[in-house]
Amino acid sequence: MDFLNPVINGFAVVLEPTNLLYCLVGVVIGMLIGVLPGLGPAATIAILLPLTYNVEPVTAIIMLAGIFYGAQYGGTITSVLLRLPGEASSVVTVFDGYQMAKQGRAGTALGLASIGSFIGGTAAIIGLTFLAPIVASFALDFGPPEYTALAMLGILLVATISSGSKAKALVAAALGLLLATVGRDIFTGESRFTFGSLQLADGIDFVPIAMGIFGLGEILYNLEERHRAAKAPSKVTNVWPSRQDLKQASGAIGRGSVLGFFLGILPGGGATIASMASYAMEKKRAKQPERFGKGAPEGVAGPETANNAAATSSFIPLLTLGIPANATMALMFGALLIQGVTPGPQLVEQNPELFWGVVNSMYIGNILLLIMSLPLVGIFVKILRVRAAILAPVTALITLLGAYTINNSMFDVTLVVVFGIIGYLMKKFGFEPGPLVLAFVLGELLESSMRRSLLVFGGDPLGFFGRPISATLLAVFVLVAVLPAIRGALTKRKPIAITAVTPEIKEKV
Amino acid sequence: MKETPAESVVGPVETPTSTSSITEDDLTPEQLAAQWEEEKPPAAGALANAASSLVVIGVGVGATILSAAMGLGTPDKPQPGLWPFIISLVMVALGVFQLVLGRHNRDAEKFTRMSTAPLTGLVTLAAMVALMPLIGFELPALVLCVIWMRFLGGETWRSTLVVSAAVVIAFYAIFVLALKTSIPHLF
Repeated sequence: MDFLNPVINGFAVVLEPTNLLYCLVGVVIGMLIGVLPGLGPAATIAILLPLTYNVEPVTAIIMLAGIFYGAQYGGTITSVLLRLPGEASSVVTVFDGYQMAKQGRAGTALGLASIGSFIGGTAAIIGLTFLAPIVASFALDFGPPEYTALAMLGILLVATISSGSKAKALVAAALGLLLATVGRDIFTGESRFTFGSLQLADGIDFVPIAMGIFGLGEILYNLEERHRAAKAPSKVTNVWPSRQDLKQASGAIGRGSVLGFFLGILPGGGATIASMASYAMEKKRAKQPERFGKGAPEGVAGPETANNAAATSSFIPLLTLGIPANATMALMFGALLIQGVTPGPQLVEQNPELFWGVVNSMYIGNILLLIMSLPLVGIFVKILRVRAAILAPVTALITLLGAYTINNSMFDVTLVVVFGIIGYLMKKFGFEPGPLVLAFVLGELLESSMRRSLLVFGGDPLGFFGRPISATLLAVFVLVAVLPAIRGALTKRKPIAITAVTPEIKEKV
Repeated sequence: MKETPAESVVGPVETPTSTSSITEDDLTPEQLAAQWEEEKPPAAGALANAASSLVVIGVGVGATILSAAMGLGTPDKPQPGLWPFIISLVMVALGVFQLVLGRHNRDAEKFTRMSTAPLTGLVTLAAMVALMPLIGFELPALVLCVIWMRFLGGETWRSTLVVSAAVVIAFYAIFVLALKTSIPHLF
């Protein structure tokens, strides 16, 4: 029972009143931003990073995690009631959810989605509990060469899986790596790219970059987005699905949990891909696929389950390897670094109360979310009436004033605005901001592991291929890098490319 | 969320009535996807793509020169410039690739008349950053709220003024009275 001891101790951490409170705050904020179209979880987490400075690391991450998985619950509500996906991961829910609402079954759709979300989330936490320590113990032997390969692979995967142009995403990643080199060189102590500025000598902080690129960039971008005319939301009557509905959806929920869990672990995977994959799978498996798009309960239950499972399991690479699997996890990574905690394989052993505290808080968070999305759903439906025009200046002010409070300096506020412009222009020109932030976070780790490895190898880059794990990872890296080029060459020969039905979704960060 | 007090001041808000016909409600996922595609902002032309690639190449070349100046060293005895030098080279390569092969990408968006909104927003933000140390955050924040709500958001004057005032008071209460932060304030 040695294994379970720290797990149980983790519950003691969660049940501390402060942590419970922050968990509640996190999931409520998550639910709110899920309901309000515009800001996504990553932008919200970025904007709220200054809040985490004065609390314990475990408390901070409990809250930030709550925002992330809470948003997966909230995003459903607008999808079903307004045919407006609150989050990218709820886009496919629109197809059947809105049709169900039109048939007067909005409550059933929401009920199924929240029950599915709860089951998917909880299954993924249990999976996380057992899988994470195994992955971590495997990764304990990782040395600098393995980390070099892993970080490179992580950045490449996030860049190539993003929705836009791959080359542009890689440019963003390169820019992130470059920004990470600003300041003192850790090996020689020489200043790099500081242009004589004292304020840049210590490097650029992660928080202004994240707040600017994700937060302010997104706010500015939304200012010009034509908002589709909002309609009066459908009436929500009975949110408790009938036994028959549950029976019909149970298969989809089960499959969604498993699918979402595994897609969430993969670098570059995550909630959005999981929900789309689940919708496609349910449609393929169905005896009458023509029901899909006309209000099939499985089409709501499956994707909503999968996106929650994926949101939860995407913590595995972060907490066990120290490699964030997506942009939101990069923010968690940054938040932990601010607190002086470096996520990695040692985390489970050295910081069990943090690790299990965060993991176990998700049980509580999911229960809270189930309560909020079943009996209390009416309150959140009312919030749909808050208009973007009012929300935008409020979030912009929170960002500016929050940035000031980090170091009580106007320099940080200026940086946030500068990075806000960069973030806006990047979005405008089709460069994903996610890879930039991810690469920035991993930049220092990547450079120092690469230089340490090269020292060990006596300057021979082929040394990376002399170690089995780093060699395998690098082989995968090359494969991922080359594959799109080969595939591109092949499809060019066949003029009629098979286009996916799923619309290209611009990831809201 | 801090905006709740502001919301309660406005009271129930009238939702714009739906003008959609029944046919629009019966869209299949494919049609819906196509409709979303249409509603997306217009894509920018080859010129914008080329310009963005040139900026990337420019940044890359600049960083290459600066990092080369820092000294490169050898792989076993690297100087500070080696790592940024490698990244900058990758960036230049990607920029060139993008310039040549990415000309016809349609993922960049055109700047339209709507783009004046973020520009205005930006100007107000910059003004706020410049004025905050001089006259405190309250008045710039109030002006920012009014501009964003009335001119960028199309709210009515009445709700703009009421909400803006409420927002600034709420922020004052939170950041100055409750959290006692050192944010420059006038009052």
